[in-house]
This record gives sequence, C-alpha cells and structure tokens, in this order.
Amino acid sequence: MKTLVEAINDGLHQEMERDGSVLVMGEDVGRAGGVFRVTAGLQERFGAERCVDTPLAEAGMLGAAVGLCMVGWRPVVEMQYDAFSYPALDQLITHVGRYRWRSGGKMNVPLTLRMPYGGGVHAPELHEESPEAYYVHTPGVKVAIPATPGDAKGLLAAAIRDPDPVVFLEPKVLYRGDREEIPEGEHCVELGQARVVQDGSDATVIAYGAMVRVAAQAAQTLASEGVSVLVLDLRTLRPLDEETLLEAARRTGRVVIVQEAPRTAGFGAELAAIVAERALLDLRAPIERVTGYDVPFPYWRLEDMYLPSAERVASAVRRTLEY
Amino acid sequence: MQPWPPEAELIEIEPKHEIKASRTGSPEDVALDAPDRTIRRVIGDGASAADRLLEGIGSEELLALHRDMVRLRVFDERAVGYQRQGRIGTYAIFWGHEAIQAGAHFALSADSDWVFPSYRESAIGVLRGLDPATVLAWWRGHPAGWWNPLELKVAGIAVPIASQVPHAAGAAWGMRLKHEPGCALVFFGDGATSEGGFHEGVNFAAVMKAPLVLICNNNGWAISTPVARQSRAAALVDKALGYGIPGVRVDGGDVLAVLEATREAVDRAREGEGPTLIEAVHYRIAAHATADDPRLYRDDVRSEQERHHECLARYEAYLRRQGILDEATAEQVRADATEEVRRAMRDVEALPDPDPALIFDTTYAVPPEQLLRQREIALAAVPGAVP
Repeated sequence: MKTLVEAINDGLHQEMERDGSVLVMGEDVGRAGGVFRVTAGLQERFGAERCVDTPLAEAGMLGAAVGLCMVGWRPVVEMQYDAFSYPALDQLITHVGRYRWRSGGKMNVPLTLRMPYGGGVHAPELHEESPEAYYVHTPGVKVAIPATPGDAKGLLAAAIRDPDPVVFLEPKVLYRGDREEIPEGEHCVELGQARVVQDGSDATVIAYGAMVRVAAQAAQTLASEGVSVLVLDLRTLRPLDEETLLEAARRTGRVVIVQEAPRTAGFGAELAAIVAERALLDLRAPIERVTGYDVPFPYWRLEDMYLPSAERVASAVRRTLEY
Repeated sequence: MQPWPPEAELIEIEPKHEIKASRTGSPEDVALDAPDRTIRRVIGDGASAADRLLEGIGSEELLALHRDMVRLRVFDERAVGYQRQGRIGTYAIFWGHEAIQAGAHFALSADSDWVFPSYRESAIGVLRGLDPATVLAWWRGHPAGWWNPLELKVAGIAVPIASQVPHAAGAAWGMRLKHEPGCALVFFGDGATSEGGFHEGVNFAAVMKAPLVLICNNNGWAISTPVARQSRAAALVDKALGYGIPGVRVDGGDVLAVLEATREAVDRAREGEGPTLIEAVHYRIAAHATADDPRLYRDDVRSEQERHHECLARYEAYLRRQGILDEATAEQVRADATEEVRRAMRDVEALPDPDPALIFDTTYAVPPEQLLRQREIALAAVPGAVP
C-alpha cells in the first residue's frame, strides 16, 4: 500500500534501475530528498551524479537538461513547486518543445519535467498553481496528470520512457492522501488512455488530477439522489483520449467539466469545444464547466471557495438534468 | 489536509563538510585572481608590435585556419548579396567576426566537442562539414536548413539571446558525467551577458565544473544598444570572478589570440578544471542584420576606421610577414570558397518546395491523435499535397 508520493518515489527507483541514462535533478532533490520527499533515497542508491542538487535556477536547470539530452541522458527535472516553473517556461517554449522540430524531427528530447501541482494545501502565495494550460498549449510537449498512486507510478514510467518531453504534474493535495495497492516492480500506463473511474448513464463528469476525487465525491452524492454519473479521469491532456471522452459524452448526453485552474482559456474550454464540435447532436443539455476563477490563486483562508467542490460539481450536474 | 510546511522542510540537515576557507564552501577556488583586463594579442602590427608564433601551430594549420576564415567571410558577403536579391530572408551579418568564430572553432576536436551557436554564428557548422546549402536554406526558411545536431555536434541556431548557454552547460556537464573526453563551446554576444540565461548557464557550469568554453563576442553593440548600456562592469570579463572561473580577454580581431585563449580553455576543460570565460573584444563594423540601418544610431567614422583593421586582412598580413601565404594561394582559397557558396545557393534554389506534411511530422516522435487529425485537414486543403 503506497501513497502518491511513495508511488512516484518507487517509480523513479524503478526507472533509474532499469535505465542508466535516467538522471534526476532539481533543487534539494538529492541530500534532502525533495521538499515533499518524492526523491528520497535516490541519491543514496544511485549517487550524487544521478540524483543531483542543482543551483537555484529553474530556466538554467531545464536548459541544462536540453544539453543533457543531446549527449545521451534522459533527465527527470523537478521544479520545487508549480509556480516556480514559470521562469522555466522560457526554455520550455523556446527550446524543449521545439528541438525535435528544429532538428527536422531527428533529435529526441526525452526529458520529464515534474512538479507538485495544484491547491488545497493551505500554502503561501505561488505554491498552489494549476499551470497545465501553459504546458498543453506548447507544441512539442506532452502533459500527464495522475490522480491515483498506481497511475502516478505508471504514467511517470511512460513519461520517462517517452521520446518526447513530458510535463508531469503531481497533485500535491493527494501526495499523502489515500494509500493504494500498486503494482510491484516495473509498471507503465500508456499515455493517452483515459480511465473510467465509475460508469454511469445520466451524465459524464470529466476531470483530471485532484479534481477526479472531487468528481467522484459528487457522483456519490448524486447516486443517493438516483442520478447515475460517469466519472472520467483524463490522465493525460496531451495526448488526449478523445475517443473515450466522446463516447461517454454521446452515451450520457450531459457533460460537466471540472478544472481547478482559472476559467478563461483553461483546458476545460478545449474539452468543451471538442465535445461541441464532435458530439453536439448527442447532447441533451449545454455543457457545464466547474472551474477556478480568473483571479490569482487566493489567500488560503479563502481557497476552499475558489476550488471546485463536490457540491459545486453536483449542482452543475443537476443543472444539466433540468433539460 | 496537507500539513504545512511539508515534513521534509522541518528536517535539519547537518553539513557534511566543514566550511572553512570560503563562504561558498569551495576552498580550492578562493585563490582565484580577478581576471586580467589586458587584451591579449598574437598578431603584431607589422611595426612596433611584434608577431608571436603559437606552439604546435605550423604553416599547415595556419593555412587551414586561413581557409576557415575565408570560407566564413565569403559565405557572409554572398549571403548579404543573396538577401538583397531576395533569394534568402533577413540575415544576421557576421562580417568581421570570422576571427572569433574560426579561431575558437579551430581549438576544438570535431570528434568529441560540441558547438552551440547563436544566430551570429549561423555558418559555424560549415567548418565541420555542414553543407553551406543547409545554412542558406535556414535563412531561406526552407526545412532543408534544419539539421540534426547529433550528426556533427553542432547545436541548432539559437535565436533567443543567451538561451543556448544553459544547453551548452548541460551538454558539457553530461559529457563529464559520462567520463567522455569532450567539451562544449558556446558563442554569445555582449548583450547576452545581461540575460538570465547567461547567468544561469555560466553559474550552472561553474558549480558542476563542466568542461565548457564561453566565448563572449563583445562587438560593442546589441543592435543599437552600446555595451555601456548593458553593464556597469569595467570589462565583461570581470564577471568571471563572480562565478569563480577564470576569465581571459583577447583581441577579437586577432584570430590567433582567440585560438590561443580557446586552446588553453579547452585544455583546462579536458583536465576537469571547469569553464573559462573568454571575452573577445572588437567592434561591429557591419550592421546587426540585413534589416538594420546603423546610421540611425551611430556615426560611420568609427566603423570606417575599424574597417581598416578588419580581422581577415590582419591575418593575411601576418601570414605574408611569416612568408606562409602568397597571392596565388590567397586567390585560390577565395575562388574555392566563392564557388562553394555559389554552388550551395544553386542547390538551395533547386530544392523542391517543402513538403507541407513536415510541420506535422517533425514535432513529435509519437504524434498525438489530435495532431494527426489537424494534419489530415490541413493537407486536404493544400493542392497536390500527399496525405
């Protein structure tokens, strides 16, 4: 039985064991084992040259990882917190996502950029961000967001093995949440396969990361009201499992999309557009979005009203049932 | 609810080594002297300043270096002409920078060492066997100009200023981690030293003792902004001290001074002694790029004066004083270089129009389904495209 943190730690151990070119780098990842202990034990096991404490420089670190890729390494770069990755967006947009294209499709950039992600932990400013839209909007980059310990291990393995750069967002509110039985040894979950958390027939709630748990709680409430809700965990935003998503939308005819990030131009808007473009005539109600608001992530004494709650999700589903 | 702060932040970590000699705990580095601001030269002026010879560089090497410089010079002159004729697009001129580019490159081993160019060094790969047609295709916006960096250990042309410095630091460090003999060399300008990418890259390389050679092409101008508006440092080389690495200042118009300094830096890198900052000081005689008109922001007097001291003529005068270069050889080298670039431009113009599918097929190793659908829709709208 492992928590999400322990599962990622296990996954890193497995991948570093399997492939000698996998190298973990970041601020405080080595001697301290990471501020969340995600990289605990790696330096002891694999040495200070494969689990590396870097200077405090996010863009420099990600840029150095591009160079490491050129000489045959497979770097796993940790950003200490979601918002601390913003300086690294420069390298991500101008180089990480473009180098394969720039090389005429010939050069791999097989790096993984992982970071604690999202709110709900009562932290100071710029420790609770949901920046997935910036990443998924960057061509050449893939984005994975696990919602369970098993998926965290399996998607991380897939991200590390992928020949393209993958941004791996770890919902920090789930880090030490529910323990789960996870596969021993090597475990890989293919990118681009959504997970049906629970099947249902009246409405589909689409979520990812920490919002999957919120969606499942809402579905439980609604079940007691006799409403059958399909809960879908996207697992990866790029590649996106459109087939499963559209099948669920068509079958249930009602769609609610949950995202923690600010509303405007968030990934939920893209999902809504996809459903509208390809399944509109099967819908029985307008698509609902339950999101954060277009404000900076709030002071934590007010974060609960900002974060989508099970009650907000349940209300949205009820609204779709009025049609 | 997650406890705050996370538990790891509460763990007290005992320092594993005693910190004595310096506040950064790098006792071996505290004796580093401030960089010497003297501008080093090898080529004399044919009068009071004497020429020097470089150990291990005989007439064969000197002529090979001459050929490198001429190839770059001819490429640049012809490329500007091609831009004026509309055969390539906007082009970043490097006329007068050949000494820095050829001199630094000459100190490297093509087998083991990486080069990270900015757009100012777009043709540096030609010195390693990259077809000049490839570089001209880049400036023509044709996909044939996008090469695989792994083939010749020449990175792609970095457009955002200083953003390639961390790449070079990472590649150098990565080779060291693998106990490979190679080093990396990165070119950037004086303006780049104001960028975060410069700072983060140099600092990273210094901390990791990465085998990196940093060539700062200080030509005095970042488009219209003079170097005095980039830094209050008396000399850019002074920055080396803050990173705990040696800094050297050379005459950027003296190809042998650049070669000598780079060779020393490469030796240090291979010995595991970490990075070196080389500031190559000269003056940008030409415009920044074909779209730039320097008359808007500086007078021509200095440029005209500097033109009389341009690097290729200085080197050729040196070679003649040494009795190594004769007129016939000089003419032949230039004629060969001219033919090479002419042939390259013909080749580029003979290329078929690019395959529209390329933009979709080169972005991912495993393209997402969404992209494949976009590809299908886009190609269906292009007459004659093969889906």
